[in-house]
Amino acid sequence: MLDSALILELAIMFIKVFVVGSVLFALPIPLTWLERKVAGHIQVRLGPFRVGPHGVLQPLADMIKMLLKEDIVPEKADKWLFRLAPIMTLVPTFTVFVAIPFGDKVRIPFTGREVALYISDMNVAVLYILAISGLGIYGIIFGGWASNSKYALLGGLRSAAQMISYEVAMSFAVIGVVMLSNSLSLVEIVKSQSGGFLHWNFFYLPVGPLWFIIFIIAGFAETNRIPFDMPEDEGSLGAGYHVEYSGMRFAYYMLAEYVAMVTVSVLAVIFFFGGWNPPFNLPFHLTGETAMFVNGGWNAEFLNLLAAVIPLFWFAGKVAVFIYSFMWIRFTLPRYRYDQLMRIGWRVLIPLSMVNILVTGFMRI
Amino acid sequence: MERLFFLIFASVAVVSALCVVLFRNPVRSALALMLCLLQVACVFVLLRSPFLAVVQVFVYVGAVMVLFLFVVMILDIRQAELEAFFPPRNRWLMYAIIPVITFEFLLVILGTSFEGFGPGAGGETKVEVIGRALFTEYLLPFEVVSVLLLVAMVGAIVMAKKRWD
Repeated sequence: MLDSALILELAIMFIKVFVVGSVLFALPIPLTWLERKVAGHIQVRLGPFRVGPHGVLQPLADMIKMLLKEDIVPEKADKWLFRLAPIMTLVPTFTVFVAIPFGDKVRIPFTGREVALYISDMNVAVLYILAISGLGIYGIIFGGWASNSKYALLGGLRSAAQMISYEVAMSFAVIGVVMLSNSLSLVEIVKSQSGGFLHWNFFYLPVGPLWFIIFIIAGFAETNRIPFDMPEDEGSLGAGYHVEYSGMRFAYYMLAEYVAMVTVSVLAVIFFFGGWNPPFNLPFHLTGETAMFVNGGWNAEFLNLLAAVIPLFWFAGKVAVFIYSFMWIRFTLPRYRYDQLMRIGWRVLIPLSMVNILVTGFMRI
Repeated sequence: MERLFFLIFASVAVVSALCVVLFRNPVRSALALMLCLLQVACVFVLLRSPFLAVVQVFVYVGAVMVLFLFVVMILDIRQAELEAFFPPRNRWLMYAIIPVITFEFLLVILGTSFEGFGPGAGGETKVEVIGRALFTEYLLPFEVVSVLLLVAMVGAIVMAKKRWD
């Protein structure tokens, strides 16, 4: 049953999962530093500056601090659920990345083997991502409930209501993207946007930008970030659902929050900004497919590798822009009140999406 | 290999379904129900219908369970509350209904020959195929269900409004 081809397949799969997993685990380290730096400069101060040059080692210091802190479980908490909850948020946020494509198939030099820059190209990837990312909310609800504290419980419940409300708008926006790209597979969605930035879903006028706005507002709400960070409204709730958490368990929640932010940025790039496609066709035809067929010799192998790597840079660059704007918005806008948040979700975004579905439908006929 | 996975999913599903009924704490019951539904989704994957699996996770695990939890956490479910909501004299009705339902289920399960059940031929069921079937062959049931859902939604709003006024 186990032949060498299958073992090689499995090994490649494991390597891919390992690489994606470790990048996701490591990414919050520079991101926390960046976030605090951006916050500092927006508020006309320096931000972290003491540990290392310009404070770059601050996240490491924070990590050591988190690891050494006492892990407090409240006396009257539901201890089993309290311990389980942070992991319940963490697992879905990572599992989403199984379906996310970072690039197309590439050829490894000198072997002639094709490796896809995604873990799995699912037929139903879009639905899978919506479904799995919706599960992250349970860690928040259970964490809030198990803490046995009214602040935490209210934070958890708020988050539940918020996520349900905005999941509807988010799903509508994704339906819009599916209508524009005619596919539920993320690889197909990206491929349908190839050939210059005018083919990106964002530039499908007039509905594209509207879908993007609905998606990104819902995305902010889903990731619990300002201006929609109701679950951890420190003015009225202490710190919300994670008020009783300390040490590494608290860090898990933060980690999940950062990964969720990365997820929304990645999805925005894939859905609306062409994924790994370059914004314009390069004059020397170095885009994936054309260089793939050049065979033999050092030169060709080098070109192949370059063609494989360049889309990754486009992808990462676009994602970085979105992550930066997440941070930018966090320190620019005030927080909405809870009833305003609900009103935006139900009375603005959802009717707007329904109208937009009709318009998109007529345009696509 | 597939049989092994099926056995894992099925046994976890059965155990977690038992846990739903046996746990005393309603929040833990809800957690067990979530686990059970996830296992059923995994079985759908083994049956080559990823669409159903994903929809199962999306609708039941993702949305319906959140609402369950919402209610369970807001309502303080104690013995007194339960008795006001569900008085003991009505409980005999429940004890009478349960055997009837059990009998019906057994009848249905034992009466079905499971020929032709299992993974469909020709690999995974495509979303396109399901969509086409829904909008051509099963158009009437599909529309009836959507009207039914609309009626339920309007009913829920009316009931909630009445309590407010």
